[in-house]
Amino acid sequence: MEEDVQKTLLEIADDELILGWRDSEWTGIAPFLEEDVAFSSIAQNEIGHARALYELAARDLDTTADELAFDRSPEEYRCSRLVELRLLDWERTIARHYLYENADAKRLEQLKQSDDSEIAGLAAKIDREEAYHRIHAQMWFDRLKDEARFTAALEELRPLVDADRTEHGPELTELWEEMTMVRRSQPAGTKW
Amino acid sequence: MGGDDNGAPLATGGDEVVTAEQVWEALAEIPDPEIPVISLVDLGVIRDVDVEDGHVRVDFTPTFLGCPALEVMRDAMAERIRELGAEPEINVRSDDSWSTDRITPEGRKKLRASGFAPPAPRDAAAPTLVQLQSNVFRCPYCGSTATKLENIFGPTPCRSLRYCTTCKQPFEQFKTI
Repeated sequence: MEEDVQKTLLEIADDELILGWRDSEWTGIAPFLEEDVAFSSIAQNEIGHARALYELAARDLDTTADELAFDRSPEEYRCSRLVELRLLDWERTIARHYLYENADAKRLEQLKQSDDSEIAGLAAKIDREEAYHRIHAQMWFDRLKDEARFTAALEELRPLVDADRTEHGPELTELWEEMTMVRRSQPAGTKW
Repeated sequence: MGGDDNGAPLATGGDEVVTAEQVWEALAEIPDPEIPVISLVDLGVIRDVDVEDGHVRVDFTPTFLGCPALEVMRDAMAERIRELGAEPEINVRSDDSWSTDRITPEGRKKLRASGFAPPAPRDAAAPTLVQLQSNVFRCPYCGSTATKLENIFGPTPCRSLRYCTTCKQPFEQFKTI
Protein backbone atom coordinates (compact mmCIF):
# COMPACT_ATOMS: atom_id res chain seq x y z
CA MET A 1 0.00 0.00 0.00
CA GLU A 2 1.37 3.39 -0.91
CA GLU A 3 2.19 5.82 1.86
CA ASP A 4 -0.36 8.45 0.87
CA VAL A 5 -3.12 5.83 0.71
CA GLN A 6 -2.09 4.58 4.15
CA LYS A 7 -2.23 8.17 5.39
CA THR A 8 -5.72 8.71 3.96
CA LEU A 9 -7.04 5.49 5.53
CA LEU A 10 -5.73 6.57 8.94
CA GLU A 11 -7.15 10.08 8.60
CA ILE A 12 -10.61 8.70 7.86
CA ALA A 13 -10.34 6.02 10.56
CA ASP A 14 -9.30 8.62 13.15
CA ASP A 15 -12.14 10.93 12.10
CA GLU A 16 -14.70 8.15 12.36
CA LEU A 17 -13.42 6.88 15.71
CA ILE A 18 -13.35 10.31 17.34
CA LEU A 19 -16.64 11.46 15.82
CA GLY A 20 -18.25 8.16 16.80
CA TRP A 21 -17.10 8.76 20.35
CA ARG A 22 -18.43 12.33 20.32
CA ASP A 23 -21.77 11.30 18.79
CA SER A 24 -22.18 8.67 21.48
CA GLU A 25 -22.06 11.45 24.08
CA TRP A 26 -25.67 12.22 23.09
CA THR A 27 -26.78 8.75 24.12
CA GLY A 28 -29.37 9.20 26.84
CA ILE A 29 -29.44 13.01 26.72
CA ALA A 30 -30.38 14.00 23.15
CA PRO A 31 -33.26 16.49 22.91
CA PHE A 32 -35.65 13.88 21.46
CA LEU A 33 -35.87 10.14 21.88
CA GLU A 34 -35.60 9.74 18.07
CA GLU A 35 -32.34 11.65 18.06
CA ASP A 36 -31.03 9.68 21.00
CA VAL A 37 -31.54 6.56 18.89
CA ALA A 38 -30.20 8.22 15.72
CA PHE A 39 -26.97 9.58 17.20
CA SER A 40 -26.32 6.35 19.08
CA SER A 41 -26.79 4.36 15.89
CA ILE A 42 -24.64 6.75 13.84
CA ALA A 43 -21.92 6.53 16.51
CA GLN A 44 -22.00 2.76 16.29
CA ASN A 45 -21.67 2.87 12.50
CA GLU A 46 -18.77 5.35 12.59
CA ILE A 47 -16.82 3.25 15.07
CA GLY A 48 -17.50 0.17 12.93
CA HIS A 49 -16.07 2.03 9.92
CA ALA A 50 -13.05 3.09 11.96
CA ARG A 51 -12.39 -0.50 12.94
CA ALA A 52 -12.58 -1.80 9.36
CA LEU A 53 -10.29 1.00 8.13
CA TYR A 54 -7.77 0.44 10.95
CA GLU A 55 -7.79 -3.29 10.20
CA LEU A 56 -6.96 -2.63 6.58
CA ALA A 57 -4.22 -0.14 7.46
CA ALA A 58 -2.84 -2.38 10.23
CA ARG A 59 -2.03 -5.23 7.87
CA ASP A 60 0.63 -3.24 6.05
CA LEU A 61 1.96 -1.63 9.20
CA ASP A 62 2.44 -4.93 11.02
CA THR A 63 0.22 -3.85 13.87
CA THR A 64 -3.41 -4.28 14.95
CA ALA A 65 -6.55 -2.17 14.68
CA ASP A 66 -6.69 -1.77 18.48
CA GLU A 67 -3.09 -0.62 18.66
CA LEU A 68 -3.73 1.98 15.97
CA ALA A 69 -6.94 3.13 17.61
CA PHE A 70 -5.76 3.28 21.21
CA ASP A 71 -1.99 2.99 21.61
CA ARG A 72 -0.89 6.12 19.81
CA SER A 73 -0.39 9.37 21.67
CA PRO A 74 -2.94 12.17 21.08
CA GLU A 75 -0.43 14.10 18.90
CA GLU A 76 -0.20 11.16 16.53
CA TYR A 77 -3.90 11.19 15.62
CA ARG A 78 -4.75 12.69 12.25
CA CYS A 79 -8.40 13.44 12.87
CA SER A 80 -9.85 16.79 11.90
CA ARG A 81 -10.29 19.51 14.54
CA LEU A 82 -13.96 19.44 13.56
CA VAL A 83 -14.59 16.01 15.05
CA GLU A 84 -12.67 16.40 18.27
CA LEU A 85 -14.73 19.30 19.64
CA ARG A 86 -16.91 18.42 22.57
CA LEU A 87 -20.20 20.00 21.57
CA LEU A 88 -22.97 20.29 24.07
CA ASP A 89 -25.41 22.29 21.99
CA TRP A 90 -27.68 21.00 19.29
CA GLU A 91 -27.09 23.62 16.60
CA ARG A 92 -23.35 23.03 16.52
CA THR A 93 -23.82 19.25 16.72
CA ILE A 94 -26.05 19.36 13.65
CA ALA A 95 -23.76 21.85 11.88
CA ARG A 96 -20.79 19.51 12.43
CA HIS A 97 -22.84 16.51 11.33
CA TYR A 98 -23.82 18.28 8.11
CA LEU A 99 -20.31 19.58 7.32
CA TYR A 100 -18.71 16.25 8.15
CA GLU A 101 -21.06 14.07 6.12
CA ASN A 102 -20.63 16.26 3.05
CA ALA A 103 -16.84 16.27 3.30
CA ASP A 104 -16.79 12.55 4.04
CA ALA A 105 -18.93 11.79 0.96
CA LYS A 106 -16.36 13.46 -1.31
CA ARG A 107 -13.37 11.53 -0.02
CA LEU A 108 -15.30 8.23 -0.02
CA GLU A 109 -16.19 8.86 -3.65
CA GLN A 110 -12.46 9.14 -4.41
CA LEU A 111 -11.58 6.08 -2.37
CA LYS A 112 -14.21 4.05 -4.24
CA GLN A 113 -12.16 4.67 -7.40
CA SER A 114 -9.01 3.17 -5.84
CA ASP A 115 -7.08 0.58 -7.88
CA ASP A 116 -6.77 -1.48 -4.70
CA SER A 117 -9.92 -3.61 -4.75
CA GLU A 118 -9.95 -4.03 -0.96
CA ILE A 119 -9.87 -0.29 -0.41
CA ALA A 120 -12.46 0.40 -3.11
CA GLY A 121 -14.70 -2.38 -1.77
CA LEU A 122 -14.53 -1.17 1.81
CA ALA A 123 -15.15 2.44 0.74
CA ALA A 124 -18.24 1.31 -1.20
CA LYS A 125 -19.55 -0.59 1.81
CA ILE A 126 -18.96 2.37 4.14
CA ASP A 127 -20.61 4.72 1.65
CA ARG A 128 -23.79 2.60 1.59
CA GLU A 129 -24.11 3.10 5.32
CA GLU A 130 -23.12 6.75 5.23
CA ALA A 131 -25.97 7.39 2.79
CA TYR A 132 -28.34 7.11 5.76
CA HIS A 133 -26.24 9.55 7.78
CA ARG A 134 -26.36 12.01 4.90
CA ILE A 135 -30.14 11.76 4.68
CA HIS A 136 -30.34 12.42 8.40
CA ALA A 137 -27.94 15.39 8.21
CA GLN A 138 -29.77 16.87 5.22
CA MET A 139 -33.13 16.50 6.96
CA TRP A 140 -31.83 18.53 9.90
CA PHE A 141 -30.17 21.06 7.62
CA ASP A 142 -33.48 21.68 5.86
CA ARG A 143 -35.24 22.03 9.17
CA LEU A 144 -32.75 24.51 10.67
CA LYS A 145 -31.35 26.34 7.64
CA ASP A 146 -33.16 29.62 8.38
CA GLU A 147 -32.33 29.66 12.07
CA ALA A 148 -29.68 32.26 12.94
CA ARG A 149 -28.12 30.09 15.63
CA PHE A 150 -27.65 27.27 13.15
CA THR A 151 -26.20 29.39 10.34
CA ALA A 152 -23.80 30.98 12.83
CA ALA A 153 -22.72 27.49 13.94
CA LEU A 154 -22.10 26.50 10.32
CA GLU A 155 -19.95 29.59 9.73
CA GLU A 156 -18.02 28.99 12.93
CA LEU A 157 -17.23 25.35 12.19
CA ARG A 158 -16.79 25.45 8.41
CA PRO A 159 -13.09 26.52 8.51
CA LEU A 160 -12.27 23.43 10.57
CA VAL A 161 -13.17 21.09 7.70
CA ASP A 162 -9.86 21.80 5.96
CA ALA A 163 -7.81 22.61 9.05
CA ASP A 164 -4.33 21.17 9.57
CA ARG A 165 -4.68 17.61 10.82
CA THR A 166 -1.44 17.71 12.79
CA GLU A 167 -2.83 20.37 15.11
CA HIS A 168 -5.17 19.38 17.90
CA GLY A 169 -6.86 21.13 20.78
CA PRO A 170 -6.89 20.14 24.46
CA GLU A 171 -10.25 18.44 23.90
CA LEU A 172 -8.61 15.62 21.97
CA THR A 173 -6.23 14.89 24.85
CA GLU A 174 -9.16 14.84 27.28
CA LEU A 175 -11.09 12.50 25.03
CA TRP A 176 -8.04 10.31 24.53
CA GLU A 177 -7.60 9.99 28.32
CA GLU A 178 -11.20 8.85 28.60
CA MET A 179 -11.12 6.60 25.54
CA THR A 180 -7.94 4.74 26.46
CA MET A 181 -8.33 4.68 30.25
CA VAL A 182 -9.37 1.05 30.53
CA ARG A 183 -6.78 -0.13 28.03
CA ARG A 184 -3.99 1.79 29.77
CA SER A 185 -5.03 0.30 33.12
CA GLN A 186 -4.02 -3.16 31.89
CA PRO A 187 -0.45 -4.47 31.67
CA ALA A 188 1.10 -4.21 28.20
CA GLY A 189 0.34 -7.19 26.00
CA THR A 190 -3.06 -7.92 27.56
CA LYS A 191 -5.26 -9.74 25.08
CA TRP A 192 -8.77 -8.35 24.68
CA MET B 1 -21.93 -23.87 -2.95
CA GLY B 2 -18.62 -25.69 -2.78
CA GLY B 3 -17.95 -28.76 -4.82
CA ASP B 4 -16.05 -30.65 -2.16
CA ASP B 5 -18.80 -32.93 -1.04
CA ASN B 6 -18.27 -35.75 -3.49
CA GLY B 7 -17.56 -39.17 -2.13
CA ALA B 8 -16.98 -38.47 1.59
CA PRO B 9 -13.30 -39.40 1.78
CA LEU B 10 -11.81 -40.72 5.00
CA ALA B 11 -9.53 -38.72 7.26
CA THR B 12 -6.38 -40.23 8.71
CA GLY B 13 -8.12 -41.12 11.99
CA GLY B 14 -10.72 -43.09 10.10
CA ASP B 15 -13.36 -40.43 10.83
CA GLU B 16 -15.43 -39.17 7.99
CA VAL B 17 -14.26 -35.84 6.62
CA VAL B 18 -16.78 -33.05 6.80
CA THR B 19 -18.42 -31.97 3.55
CA ALA B 20 -19.37 -28.49 2.40
CA GLU B 21 -23.00 -29.56 2.43
CA GLN B 22 -22.77 -30.50 6.12
CA VAL B 23 -21.19 -27.13 6.86
CA TRP B 24 -23.99 -25.26 5.06
CA GLU B 25 -26.55 -27.29 6.99
CA ALA B 26 -24.87 -26.53 10.29
CA LEU B 27 -24.60 -22.82 9.49
CA ALA B 28 -28.28 -22.74 8.51
CA GLU B 29 -29.07 -23.56 12.14
CA ILE B 30 -27.27 -20.52 13.55
CA PRO B 31 -29.72 -17.71 14.26
CA ASP B 32 -28.88 -14.06 13.72
CA PRO B 33 -28.03 -12.95 17.27
CA GLU B 34 -30.17 -9.80 16.97
CA ILE B 35 -33.02 -11.10 14.82
CA PRO B 36 -33.11 -14.76 15.92
CA VAL B 37 -36.01 -15.71 13.63
CA ILE B 38 -33.63 -15.68 10.68
CA SER B 39 -30.49 -17.78 10.20
CA LEU B 40 -27.12 -16.66 8.87
CA VAL B 41 -27.80 -18.60 5.68
CA ASP B 42 -31.22 -16.91 5.28
CA LEU B 43 -29.50 -13.55 5.71
CA GLY B 44 -27.19 -14.37 2.81
CA VAL B 45 -24.12 -13.21 4.75
CA ILE B 46 -22.31 -16.51 4.24
CA ARG B 47 -20.69 -16.03 0.89
CA ASP B 48 -18.64 -19.14 0.42
CA VAL B 49 -17.73 -22.38 2.13
CA ASP B 50 -14.54 -24.12 1.15
CA VAL B 51 -13.60 -27.49 2.63
CA GLU B 52 -10.19 -29.05 2.30
CA ASP B 53 -8.68 -31.82 4.44
CA GLY B 54 -10.75 -31.12 7.51
CA HIS B 55 -10.13 -27.40 7.21
CA VAL B 56 -13.22 -25.26 6.61
CA ARG B 57 -12.95 -21.74 5.36
CA VAL B 58 -16.08 -19.59 5.53
CA ASP B 59 -16.27 -16.23 3.78
CA PHE B 60 -18.74 -14.00 5.45
CA THR B 61 -19.85 -10.37 5.14
CA PRO B 62 -21.10 -8.21 8.00
CA THR B 63 -24.49 -6.62 7.40
CA PHE B 64 -23.31 -3.32 8.86
CA LEU B 65 -19.65 -2.78 9.76
CA GLY B 66 -20.53 -1.62 13.28
CA CYS B 67 -22.82 -4.54 13.94
CA PRO B 68 -21.97 -5.83 17.43
CA ALA B 69 -23.29 -9.26 16.43
CA LEU B 70 -20.25 -9.72 14.17
CA GLU B 71 -18.08 -11.43 16.81
CA VAL B 72 -21.01 -13.49 18.09
CA MET B 73 -21.72 -14.75 14.56
CA ARG B 74 -18.06 -15.47 13.91
CA ASP B 75 -17.67 -17.42 17.16
CA ALA B 76 -20.92 -19.33 16.62
CA MET B 77 -19.81 -20.39 13.13
CA ALA B 78 -16.39 -21.48 14.39
CA GLU B 79 -17.98 -23.47 17.20
CA ARG B 80 -20.39 -25.32 14.89
CA ILE B 81 -17.58 -26.19 12.51
CA ARG B 82 -15.46 -27.54 15.38
CA GLU B 83 -18.45 -29.63 16.44
CA LEU B 84 -18.35 -31.19 12.98
CA GLY B 85 -14.76 -32.18 13.71
CA ALA B 86 -13.15 -29.66 11.38
CA GLU B 87 -10.82 -26.72 11.84
CA PRO B 88 -12.61 -23.42 11.12
CA GLU B 89 -11.27 -20.33 9.44
CA ILE B 90 -13.74 -17.45 9.31
CA ASN B 91 -12.81 -14.80 6.82
CA VAL B 92 -14.68 -11.49 7.21
CA ARG B 93 -15.13 -9.82 3.84
CA SER B 94 -15.69 -6.07 4.30
CA ASP B 95 -16.72 -5.07 0.81
CA ASP B 96 -19.83 -4.08 -1.06
CA SER B 97 -20.52 -7.54 -2.51
CA TRP B 98 -23.28 -8.28 -0.01
CA SER B 99 -26.54 -6.41 -0.10
CA THR B 100 -29.91 -6.92 1.56
CA ASP B 101 -31.03 -8.24 -1.86
CA ARG B 102 -29.22 -11.43 -0.85
CA ILE B 103 -31.63 -12.20 1.97
CA THR B 104 -33.34 -15.38 0.75
CA PRO B 105 -37.10 -15.53 -0.05
CA GLU B 106 -37.41 -17.83 2.98
CA GLY B 107 -35.58 -15.27 5.10
CA ARG B 108 -37.89 -12.46 3.94
CA LYS B 109 -40.90 -14.57 4.83
CA LYS B 110 -39.52 -15.28 8.30
CA LEU B 111 -38.78 -11.59 8.86
CA ARG B 112 -42.30 -10.57 7.88
CA ALA B 113 -43.86 -13.26 10.08
CA SER B 114 -42.13 -11.84 13.13
CA GLY B 115 -42.96 -8.19 12.52
CA PHE B 116 -39.89 -7.00 10.59
CA ALA B 117 -40.60 -5.54 7.19
CA PRO B 118 -38.05 -7.00 4.75
CA PRO B 119 -35.80 -4.53 2.89
CA ALA B 120 -36.81 -2.88 -0.36
CA PRO B 121 -34.63 -3.85 -3.36
CA ARG B 122 -31.35 -1.99 -3.68
CA ASP B 123 -31.18 0.67 -6.40
CA ALA B 124 -28.00 1.65 -8.17
CA ALA B 125 -28.27 5.07 -6.53
CA ALA B 126 -28.21 5.63 -2.78
CA PRO B 127 -31.57 5.83 -0.99
CA THR B 128 -33.17 9.25 -0.52
CA LEU B 129 -35.39 10.76 2.14
CA VAL B 130 -38.20 11.09 -0.41
CA GLN B 131 -38.04 7.34 -0.99
CA LEU B 132 -38.00 6.53 2.71
CA GLN B 133 -40.99 8.81 3.23
CA SER B 134 -42.93 7.31 0.35
CA ASN B 135 -45.67 4.77 0.86
CA VAL B 136 -44.05 1.79 -0.83
CA PHE B 137 -43.20 0.16 2.50
CA ARG B 138 -45.67 -2.47 3.56
CA CYS B 139 -46.77 -3.10 7.14
CA PRO B 140 -45.71 -6.65 8.11
CA TYR B 141 -48.81 -6.99 10.32
CA CYS B 142 -51.72 -5.91 8.11
CA GLY B 143 -50.12 -5.52 4.68
CA SER B 144 -51.14 -1.88 4.29
CA THR B 145 -48.77 0.48 2.49
CA ALA B 146 -50.12 3.44 4.47
CA THR B 147 -46.99 3.54 6.60
CA LYS B 148 -44.77 6.43 7.56
CA LEU B 149 -41.15 6.86 8.51
CA GLU B 150 -40.70 7.46 12.23
CA ASN B 151 -36.93 7.28 12.42
CA ILE B 152 -34.24 6.38 9.87
CA PHE B 153 -32.43 4.74 12.78
CA GLY B 154 -33.59 2.03 15.11
CA PRO B 155 -32.44 -0.35 17.83
CA THR B 156 -29.69 -1.83 15.64
CA PRO B 157 -27.83 -0.33 12.65
CA CYS B 158 -29.79 -2.44 10.16
CA ARG B 159 -33.25 -1.21 11.14
CA SER B 160 -35.47 1.85 10.71
CA LEU B 161 -38.68 2.56 12.57
CA ARG B 162 -42.00 2.97 10.75
CA TYR B 163 -45.61 3.33 11.79
CA CYS B 164 -48.65 1.83 10.10
CA THR B 165 -51.50 4.31 10.02
CA THR B 166 -53.97 1.56 9.10
CA CYS B 167 -53.49 -0.88 11.98
CA LYS B 168 -51.77 1.69 14.24
CA GLN B 169 -48.81 -0.58 14.75
CA PRO B 170 -45.20 0.61 14.90
CA PHE B 171 -42.82 -1.78 13.19
CA GLU B 172 -39.20 -2.22 12.26
CA GLN B 173 -38.07 -1.93 8.68
CA PHE B 174 -34.88 -3.66 7.54
CA LYS B 175 -32.76 -0.95 5.87
CA THR B 176 -31.76 -1.50 2.27
CA ILE B 177 -28.00 -1.72 2.04
